[in-house]
Amino acid sequence: MSIIGNYDLYAPRLIDKKEYLASGHTACAGCGEALAVRLVMKGLGEDTIVSNATGCLEIFTTRYPTTAWEVPWIHVAFENAAAVAAGVESGIKALRRKGRIPDRDVKSVSMAGDGGTTDIGLQALSGAMERGHDMFHVCYDNEAYMNTGIQRSSQTPFGAWSTTSPPGEVSFGQRTWKKNVPEIMVAHNLAYVATACPSYPIDLINKIKKAKKLKGPAYIHVFAPCPTGWRMDSSLTIKIGRLALETGVFPLYEVENGKYRITVDMPDPLRPVGDYLKPQGRFRHLTPALIEEIQERVNLEVNKLKNKVNYSKPWEELR
Amino acid sequence: MSKRIGMEVALAAAEAVGMCNVDVAAVYPITPQSHIAEHLSDLVADGKTDTEYVTVESEHTSMSICIGASATGARAYTATCSQGLMLMHELLPIASAMRCPIVMSVANRPVNAPLNILSDHSDIMPQRDAGWIVIFCENGQEVVDLTLMAYRIAEDKDVMLPVVIGIDGFILTHMVEPMVFPDQKEVDKFLPVYKPYATLHPDKPLTMGAFAMPDVFPEMMKAKDMALTNSKKTIIKIWDEWEKKFGRRYNPVETYRTDGAEVILVSMGSMSETAELGVDMLRDKGIAAGVAKIRLWRPFPIEELKAATKGARVLAVLDRAISPGIEGAPVYTDVKAAFYDEKDRPVIVNWLIGLGGEDVTGEDFVEIAEKALKAKKGEHEFLGVR
Repeated sequence: MSIIGNYDLYAPRLIDKKEYLASGHTACAGCGEALAVRLVMKGLGEDTIVSNATGCLEIFTTRYPTTAWEVPWIHVAFENAAAVAAGVESGIKALRRKGRIPDRDVKSVSMAGDGGTTDIGLQALSGAMERGHDMFHVCYDNEAYMNTGIQRSSQTPFGAWSTTSPPGEVSFGQRTWKKNVPEIMVAHNLAYVATACPSYPIDLINKIKKAKKLKGPAYIHVFAPCPTGWRMDSSLTIKIGRLALETGVFPLYEVENGKYRITVDMPDPLRPVGDYLKPQGRFRHLTPALIEEIQERVNLEVNKLKNKVNYSKPWEELR
Repeated sequence: MSKRIGMEVALAAAEAVGMCNVDVAAVYPITPQSHIAEHLSDLVADGKTDTEYVTVESEHTSMSICIGASATGARAYTATCSQGLMLMHELLPIASAMRCPIVMSVANRPVNAPLNILSDHSDIMPQRDAGWIVIFCENGQEVVDLTLMAYRIAEDKDVMLPVVIGIDGFILTHMVEPMVFPDQKEVDKFLPVYKPYATLHPDKPLTMGAFAMPDVFPEMMKAKDMALTNSKKTIIKIWDEWEKKFGRRYNPVETYRTDGAEVILVSMGSMSETAELGVDMLRDKGIAAGVAKIRLWRPFPIEELKAATKGARVLAVLDRAISPGIEGAPVYTDVKAAFYDEKDRPVIVNWLIGLGGEDVTGEDFVEIAEKALKAKKGEHEFLGVR
């Protein structure tokens, strides 16, 4: 495994030095997903088995006979990553009980994009979470079906261009707002649900570590900027993640045993959403009126979240 | 000591699975498979088998669980039929290509529309090219024996492929029959703990299910094709071993009164026993008839079929699933293709019978054989259509 030079100089004891996603994969320049996976794997460590949905991540890491994965990894199909991970967990559990593999914890983790998680994969995810497998799911949300060519998903933001939500004479682009899947996961009574972003690496790794420590299902929704699909400069990946937080477009929070907590503070007042929209070509057609509509919705969503932060209590206090 | 007990066949299938030291089972209930799903969960609940039983939310997930579990080196089981099998369809070629030795009982039932919960083979036929070994049963004893042999076949290093055990819905699943169960110790000796070739574990990280471009894809397809074709040798070897240990013989194609037969009914599954009755009636009438029963549907036993039907002037192939748009159903077209290169080809006709659980009697087989004997070339007819 490669070790990054001078690592000891600036990040002692914070981040695992080992790389579990090897370099040399074929992701686009500035890929937010590749960056996020690298950090997620540092949080997970080597006693991990990854079940990966069909999508960019699968394609850019495993062209036969090559692989970028330093941990055991399996891909089966598009909509069933969580179900495969549930099978891996069940297999490991049975074999460990029967003394056929070493008696130590190995975490089963499923990974999928927003399509494989929140659209075609939602049923398999819901089933796996409901059954209480000792596993967790990581969604890398790049807000469209990027692997097939930037088609809209239920995570594509309102107003955004995609190849199936194009603005035109009678259209302004995507007509729907993001489906709130972290909230759907909260409704499954999971002990841990969180959002994360590779622009805030320590926060992301800490959340992965929390989910790993848990005995039971958890869900982490990672914001994964996609320069190719978002029509932005590939140098802006980290910056756009920060702008998403500072404008309130993608807040970073966690829900632990029912208690909501914002993990990275947003500025007060928030930066205007225009600061986030402007560098991205997918929003270039938006009129001031549409930007205002987005601003109002973002304000509402941030307030809804703050309301949950203020009034939710850990389950322990509600017994 | 083996014991002989009367039991519903679906429950017997679950009992047999319970004797196989299955590590992970993921079963979604569907009629007429549901008694298997229920009885297996009874066995798990009573601690009679040490199995992780995952009560999944769909058949798509049950097959996904089986593939994931199998990849870790666990012995995995599922059961389904009809719409459930259709929902699984996407994953079946993946399970075989990834060489997962999963065993699946299929309580063969029609596919919608119209909805029909009874019995025919229209669920398994769309899975024909999925790369699975497919074995059909005729009665309860065969269900027990072939289920107990299924993991031996699937996990053999020369095979490493998933296996379907076809158990016709209701007509077979819901019959109460006497069956001989071997002693658990005998089964354990015959079927040792699964020793996988490659597994998902951090001690030796592997990448499974990588994507492939045309530089390797055709070779992978040929390897998959060869694996299934070559599995026949091992299947026969294991069936031979079973006969030596337990005294019951299984063949890729079974025959009944085919000696000197002018017309042979080619059947598959539970209707074969009724076809035997029809053959007895035909023989009583002085007509030289017999039955060749395809037990091994995939890999398709061409040599065995030719040997079983040698000398017959007419073959009447009985299909329980249609293949719309071609004059001939799946078994018929395969049988016909198998004889193309023969010098003395029999006349081969096709009858669509028992669709949607249609009752087929001995008299029906008499009528089919008599009509077939008059045929000059291939015909394609439906039983019971006005």
